[in-house]
Amino acid sequence: MARTPVVTGKVEDLHLIGLTKQFATMTAVDSLDLTIPAGSFFALLGPSGCGKTTTLRMVAGLEDPTAGAILIGAQDVTQLRPYQRPVNTVFQSYALFPHLDIFENVAFGLRRRGVKDVKKPVEDMLELVELTAMARRKPGQLSGGQQQRVAVARALINQPDVLLLDEPLGALDLKLRRQMQIELKRIQTEVGITFVHVTHDQEEAMTMADTIAVMNEGRIEQMGSPAHIYENPRTAFVANFLGQSNLFPGSVVGRESGFVVVSAFGTTFRIPTSRVATTGDSVVVGVRPEKVTIRAASRAGEPDPGRNSLTGVVTDASFTGLSTQYLVRTAWGQELQVFSQNLSADDVVRLGEDVALSFDPSHTFGLDGSEDLTAGVDKELLELGHVVGGGDSSVAVGG
Amino acid sequence: MSAPTVDRSSASQQPRDNMPQRPGVLSRSLRWVRDHIIAIAAFLALIYLFLPIAVVVIFSFNKPEGRQNVTWNQFSLDAWLNICRDPTICDSVGQSLQIAVIATAVATLLGTLISFALVRHRFKGRAATNLLIFLPMATPEVVLGASLLALFLNLGAPLGRGTIIVAHIMFCISFVVVSVKARLAGLDPRLEQAASDLYADERATFRYVTLPLALPGIVSAALLAFSLSFDDFIITNFNNGTTVTFPLYVWGAAQRGIPPQVNVIGSIMFFAALSIVVVAQIVGAARRKK
Amino acid sequence: MPAIVPTTTTTGSVEATVRRSKRSTPYVLLLPGLGWLAFFFVVPLFASLATSLQVPIEAGNPDGGFTQAFEISNYTQAIAQYWPQFVRSYVFAGLATILALAIAYPLAYFIAFKAGKYRNIMLVLVVAPFFCSFLIRTYAWKTILADQSPVTQFLNFLHLLPDDRILNTPLAVITGIAYNFLPFMTLPLYAALERIDFRLIEAGNDLYGSPWTTFRKVTFPLSLPGVVAGTLLTFIPAVGDFINAQLLGSIKDKMIGNVIDSQFRIVRDYPTASALSFMLMVSVLAIVFVYIRRAGTEDLV
Repeated sequence: MARTPVVTGKVEDLHLIGLTKQFATMTAVDSLDLTIPAGSFFALLGPSGCGKTTTLRMVAGLEDPTAGAILIGAQDVTQLRPYQRPVNTVFQSYALFPHLDIFENVAFGLRRRGVKDVKKPVEDMLELVELTAMARRKPGQLSGGQQQRVAVARALINQPDVLLLDEPLGALDLKLRRQMQIELKRIQTEVGITFVHVTHDQEEAMTMADTIAVMNEGRIEQMGSPAHIYENPRTAFVANFLGQSNLFPGSVVGRESGFVVVSAFGTTFRIPTSRVATTGDSVVVGVRPEKVTIRAASRAGEPDPGRNSLTGVVTDASFTGLSTQYLVRTAWGQELQVFSQNLSADDVVRLGEDVALSFDPSHTFGLDGSEDLTAGVDKELLELGHVVGGGDSSVAVGG
Repeated sequence: MSAPTVDRSSASQQPRDNMPQRPGVLSRSLRWVRDHIIAIAAFLALIYLFLPIAVVVIFSFNKPEGRQNVTWNQFSLDAWLNICRDPTICDSVGQSLQIAVIATAVATLLGTLISFALVRHRFKGRAATNLLIFLPMATPEVVLGASLLALFLNLGAPLGRGTIIVAHIMFCISFVVVSVKARLAGLDPRLEQAASDLYADERATFRYVTLPLALPGIVSAALLAFSLSFDDFIITNFNNGTTVTFPLYVWGAAQRGIPPQVNVIGSIMFFAALSIVVVAQIVGAARRKK
Repeated sequence: MPAIVPTTTTTGSVEATVRRSKRSTPYVLLLPGLGWLAFFFVVPLFASLATSLQVPIEAGNPDGGFTQAFEISNYTQAIAQYWPQFVRSYVFAGLATILALAIAYPLAYFIAFKAGKYRNIMLVLVVAPFFCSFLIRTYAWKTILADQSPVTQFLNFLHLLPDDRILNTPLAVITGIAYNFLPFMTLPLYAALERIDFRLIEAGNDLYGSPWTTFRKVTFPLSLPGVVAGTLLTFIPAVGDFINAQLLGSIKDKMIGNVIDSQFRIVRDYPTASALSFMLMVSVLAIVFVYIRRAGTEDLV
């Protein structure tokens, strides 16, 4: 086997073909087929245990796949050892070498590949991540954000075909994380290397990535640009995990030009046919909380026949400055979330008030009726009863 | 506090009646003792630890009246200036040093290899390995020494330096394994993964990452092995033949009376160990600052 | 794409050989060390087991050599004759272990939580006396505890000593043993205490109020792995020790180690000595395993 790593310098697509990883008791990654285009910022998003980190580690070569293949361009790297792959990783909590200073950490990969003059590239790289002054410090003397940048520099300096980032911002506080998101995006644009970013933070994924693949139980649920999958979730898991959704089970009562008409709990909803993920008659109606308009029933007037409408009672209102978040109990007892922008004081709806809700059919989506409506909702929130997406689960599962 | 409104003058007139203003000396010191009970206990423990050392050092400056160096007679530098007046003392120290160096080197190597296998590899027979490492530590030294002697007698092996070294390696291995294993287990496995991700093959990963990170554990294991070997009496006493190590010399000399030179060597060993550790600490601290 | 998939199977054989060499690596690493232990620890144990069943060729004359007779009565005779030394060894070692724990715990606690920047210096101080030879230190105790020594006279002045002396009493043997193995007790205790998040102790103080309750309910249970390791590392060598009994005790304070030593090296009754040492090892191991089981920590094994 060749000991010199293959570093082509040119950027190639990354292909995962039927990639599977079975552990003794579970299948972590289940026959994954995926092509990550060269030069893209790709996010693998999912809850812990969904297989995203295992996928990443298989690409890095730190985990052997049970079946399937990994290709970079046309080169099959499945059997290569980690040090033979043109792939570098930014590890969760960074894994900086504590016994080496920052300069030597960054120079590590170059030295192992026998690069003679490392001074210039290392200094350039430290400049890129703005750590020139820290070159002779040890990792333990750096702040979390600085360590994170060292980890990125240490991987990037090798000009890999693919850079893997395993929850790279998980250890940082919120403010720093925001800053680093922008920073990472800038670096990626500058170097043009394919970034594969694993995270459980949907906001982080949407901020940085060009393409998001939402993973659940070893499979990819949905893939696309952040805006596209946010607006067009195809499964309850995606609808709940990526942002929040109101979902109610119903059945198809008619199909007209470009629309599917669904009745749920005696109310009819129109959904564009293209936004319905099933051809069956059992359909879950979904809408994002910020797409719903809320009006006090007393001031609402006649419902607009062009919009989907329903009524309810406000059971909770929390003012967050930017918007007000309402919980509205429907006639059938389900609690819906509504985010309303604070446009004027007239819009304010009081606790306990009867309200009319409406939303545009083009903002409505339809899911397969067999979906578990609580999929992708934080389990702890479910236990606490703060059901945000699926409504009262007893009602939801009944559909 | 009973009466916060009472003004100063009236309080000073009746200091004992209802205002326990100033606790007595006794109760104040009792309170102080209670607040510092752990520090006091720790301090007493240190005194206990150092009492014999103080005696050893003080009596190294004694000029004993008879053969026994147990009662203070007269200050003298004789023993320090003529450590090797009885050449057998220095021979025995040399013997012990040689044995300890060889035993430490071999035991540290073998023990470190075992630790790497235990921490870095999954294999069948792990439980049996752990047991085999643990048993020598759980076996009283007389048993180790006596059984080894039984083996050597059965084999007809000539007792001497070789058998002592064999025995010392045997009982040092387990301590090395425990010490190195603890250090390795504390290492983040991601560091080695990071190295292999950064183009270091198995050998380079070991050389540039694993070994430097494990080194403090290996060094302290070696120090432990050295002190165990140098200081061992019980097992050595079974397997020495005619070879005399320093502890054996001390034991033998005790019948006739221990010369102050033995105290000198004890003091030197103590201060040498102390200064090595202190220097290591200072160097480490300086490096961290830089 | 499917055309590429078969490459997996062709390179599969290469991978298999890599795997195989990887699988043998641990055994290569283990072999020299475990081999050493097998030959110089396990084999001698069996050799000693064999010796323990031998009888003298000429009855009553140990110098005439021994022959294998599978004589179980060696054991019963040894027990009948030396059970007081056995019992005494366990009592002395147990008391010495408790004493060492009582002395080492506050010391380790202080170093872990209160010593601040002096932590490393204090650790050095705990270990340093260790480097002055074991025998020399024990002889020093002989001087300190001698009948005319200031320590003994002071304690006598307070009428604290039942026999008016310390040297040549069980007290001297027990304090001597406790002293000798104190670092073995202190270091594991320190390691366990140092790992405790001090906020847990603060939370305990917040919830329980009294420092003593916090200690019983929070600190001590969390330090238990250190307590188990420390007591074992003290107790095991203490049971077999004979130096302290020899130097600091009287003829009435002999422990089983003294018996084994003299049987082996002076009387040269190898079967009895082997039987005694074999029983000592088995009983110590039994106690150790029961203790580890009950303490619920298998860290040491």
